[in-house]
Amino acid sequence: MAIDVATVRKVAKLARIAEPEARLESLVQELNGILTWIELLEEVDTDGVEPMTSVVHQGLPMREDVVTEGGDPAKVLANAPKTAKDFFVVPKVVE
Amino acid sequence: MSDLTKLTLKTALQGLESKSFSAVELTQAHVAAVESAKALNAFVLETPDKALDMARASDARRARGEAGALDGAPLGIKDLFCTEGVRSTACSRILGDFKPTYESTVTANLWRDGAVMLGKLNMDEFAMGSSNESSAFGPVINPWRGQGDDTPRTPGGSSGGSAAAVAAELCLGATATDTGGSIRQPAAFTGTVGIKPTYGRCSRWGVVAFASSLDQAGPIARNVEDAAILLKSMAGHDAKDSTSLDVEVPDFASFVGKSVKGLRIGIPKEYRADGMPPEIEKLWEQGVAWLKAAGCEIVEVSLPHTKYALPAYYIVAPAEASSNLARYDGMRYGLRVDGANLTETYEQTRAQGFGEEVKRRILIGSYVLSAGYYDAYYLKALKVRRRISDDFDQAFEKVDALLTPTAPSAAFTLGENADDPVAMYLNDIFTVTVNLAGLPGMSVPAGVDANGLPLGLQLIGRPLDEGTLFSLGGVIEEAAQFKTRPQRWW
Repeated sequence: MAIDVATVRKVAKLARIAEPEARLESLVQELNGILTWIELLEEVDTDGVEPMTSVVHQGLPMREDVVTEGGDPAKVLANAPKTAKDFFVVPKVVE
Repeated sequence: MSDLTKLTLKTALQGLESKSFSAVELTQAHVAAVESAKALNAFVLETPDKALDMARASDARRARGEAGALDGAPLGIKDLFCTEGVRSTACSRILGDFKPTYESTVTANLWRDGAVMLGKLNMDEFAMGSSNESSAFGPVINPWRGQGDDTPRTPGGSSGGSAAAVAAELCLGATATDTGGSIRQPAAFTGTVGIKPTYGRCSRWGVVAFASSLDQAGPIARNVEDAAILLKSMAGHDAKDSTSLDVEVPDFASFVGKSVKGLRIGIPKEYRADGMPPEIEKLWEQGVAWLKAAGCEIVEVSLPHTKYALPAYYIVAPAEASSNLARYDGMRYGLRVDGANLTETYEQTRAQGFGEEVKRRILIGSYVLSAGYYDAYYLKALKVRRRISDDFDQAFEKVDALLTPTAPSAAFTLGENADDPVAMYLNDIFTVTVNLAGLPGMSVPAGVDANGLPLGLQLIGRPLDEGTLFSLGGVIEEAAQFKTRPQRWW
């Protein structure tokens, strides 16, 4: 399943990373190198094998649905690039 | 440099207890060592004032008879751990000057036990790398050099700063993390001991996420017993990490020196990789002989899916990374590069904030998770992961632990694998299976190659059986008598 420039452009868009056109060709080669190697997995018989999403053999723990901490906007905003009063300032989202 | 930096963690703690020196004196010696070792580029942030404040507080606690298990011990902290009020960047430009307003659970546990922070340690960006060359702060230089050869070598990665700092005697121990080998390979490359505990032993809360189902914290230390002392403090259940295991933390140090007589040690035949350097093969045989001499029974075992582990890893880890790193959007913290609209702001922020290896992995991850490829790549990899884990379950029906080399080579020179991502990924060939299966794995220095560079052996245990690894590691350490330290050139 070799990928081409159009696929890399699309994936970069999905990942929200601006990749300059001049970089796409070399990325195609790098990613294909990795993907070809990964295709080794096709050899493995995985019929009826349950996908393994976690190595922890315990259910997710439940707790009471109560507030444990919070109410400190100064801490939440301490590292924000732009703030106004107790808010994050972000670019316009709706045109 | 003062002799205080030559102590092991254990002997330093004994010296503090017997009042041979104070925590302030011990810390001053290490602060001076850190200051004089800038050529190694091991620290990305030095916190000498904080260290001395913590040392003074430690001396006061000891005077009151309230000293904790690590009281007064100066440690280095990998920059992946969030430290309250102290810049934490995962060695990425995208986190910029990020100063967490909270403390990671693992580091909080260390401070609870009285440890002193010397600063933050260099690493591959977001822990993605095996040579430390992907760090936004530039690579760490291995304190070890080849004989008659001053070519700079990698300390390994991603925890290269941690391993180099411990090997160069800049700190008594360091925190590290391991997603595919990032504790064990650097430990092997620097003649130090590193253990990745069972997944869930150490809380991941406050550790910058790379691949959440694989990431696990652990220590890098001068010797096996020091690693055991550090792990005891770092580990423990934490309600803030839903995958943290609610199990008792044993006194790991009590396992060091225990008899290993009658233990069955598995030698996985698939690890005899083609083209394995004869020196690594020889070291492995030597390890087998040492364990046999200590009364272990050696059993050949088969882990048939071993060769599929790295390809599976390079689907699972980038997939998880692409999701985890979606949070770096320039809105709430870190770098923001303004574009003409919101999408461009995201795209420019991430293009300028992430380095090449991180971008490559995000792209791979986005691709294998994208519509039409999810089943063929991601789901397939999760099924292969189950096969790999089943291999270990079957092996552990017959044996108590496994012995393998840690890495396929000694420390290579900087730039050597830089142009070929897959060649770089092959560094983790012996370590990555352990992360996929969530098992504990430890690297112990066992010898040097013809060039005088350290080599490590890896021990792999059953889930939660770090104790056996500490016993076996102690035996290898005792037999190997690995006492060489890098010749100081920095």
